[in-house]
Amino acid sequence: MTTTAWMLALVGCCTLVTVIPRVLPFILVRSITLPMIVLRWLSFIPICILTALIVQGLLIEPEDGGMTKVNWPYVGVAVPTLLVALKTKSLSASVIVGVVLLALVRWVM
Amino acid sequence: MDAKEIAFEKDRGTREETVNTFVQGIKDCLPTLFGYISIGLAFGIVGAASNLNFIEVTLLSWVVYAGSSQFIICALIAAGTPMLSIVLTTFIVNLRHLLLSLTLAPYFTKYSLWKNIGIGALLTDESFGIASVKAMQEKRLGDRWMNGLNLTAYIGWSLSCMAGSLFGRWIADAEALGLDFALVAMFIALLVLQLQQIPAGKLRGYILLILLTGVLMAVLSQFMAGHTAVLISTVIAASVGTVIIK
Repeated sequence: MTTTAWMLALVGCCTLVTVIPRVLPFILVRSITLPMIVLRWLSFIPICILTALIVQGLLIEPEDGGMTKVNWPYVGVAVPTLLVALKTKSLSASVIVGVVLLALVRWVM
Repeated sequence: MDAKEIAFEKDRGTREETVNTFVQGIKDCLPTLFGYISIGLAFGIVGAASNLNFIEVTLLSWVVYAGSSQFIICALIAAGTPMLSIVLTTFIVNLRHLLLSLTLAPYFTKYSLWKNIGIGALLTDESFGIASVKAMQEKRLGDRWMNGLNLTAYIGWSLSCMAGSLFGRWIADAEALGLDFALVAMFIALLVLQLQQIPAGKLRGYILLILLTGVLMAVLSQFMAGHTAVLISTVIAASVGTVIIK
């Protein structure tokens, strides 16, 4: 088993463009103090990005053009998962309930 | 102990707080492992289906270490895309890390540059989610805790990708087990934990932001790739939040 120089070059370049956005802010923030308004803006990022990631997860991107569709089994399971999360405030409980319910939905359908 | 440290210790006593240890970081990572393992296995299987051998899957998962990018790289390789386009797409998919890192970086400025680089290099959506909840609850983040969290995720993900590549064809259909929902379920729970920290008076504003983000995502996803929609929706909604929530 081996790999090609093309593949190694690709992995190298992709690593570079992945590491830079991850690491750059950690380096920059050391030398500059962020203004209050930027810190306030950043305080909204977690809730907004988590919401966006959830919605992205509930949508199905078309393989080639076409409309983006809703993943209805996911949406159906997301509601009880949300209720469990609100009730238990537990990551593990929410994940287990979500996974088990989706398995049930698939088994029934 | 100087005055600042004493004040810090005093302040610490008033909040419920976990310790800054590597082991606590590992513990806090455990709920995310469901997601990592199931999606890592799936990646190994998809890699094999895209004609990537075990070495190549291993390289991608240990070196690039970015879930959605790895899937997109596979798909693009399989489609015979030129290298430059693959690298550019990967860059765009990973731009959201700028936001994640920028949000967490202020908590780590007291640590050395190399520690910061190490923490940043292993940051993922999931470890960001856990860390941002912790930061909101405790108003601080520790280096050892963050390393425990990041390294557990890193090793869990990469080993799962390798296992998927090796044993993929013998693993029962992960979809039938519902495991593909683990990630969404975790993000939902993380969102609830974030909201729990919001003072009651501001909750309405935040609910409004969540609805706005949802609408933006639903609309933008019709015109652009999902990862770009995530980036733009987040930037717009956070900016609206800065204006409307005082």
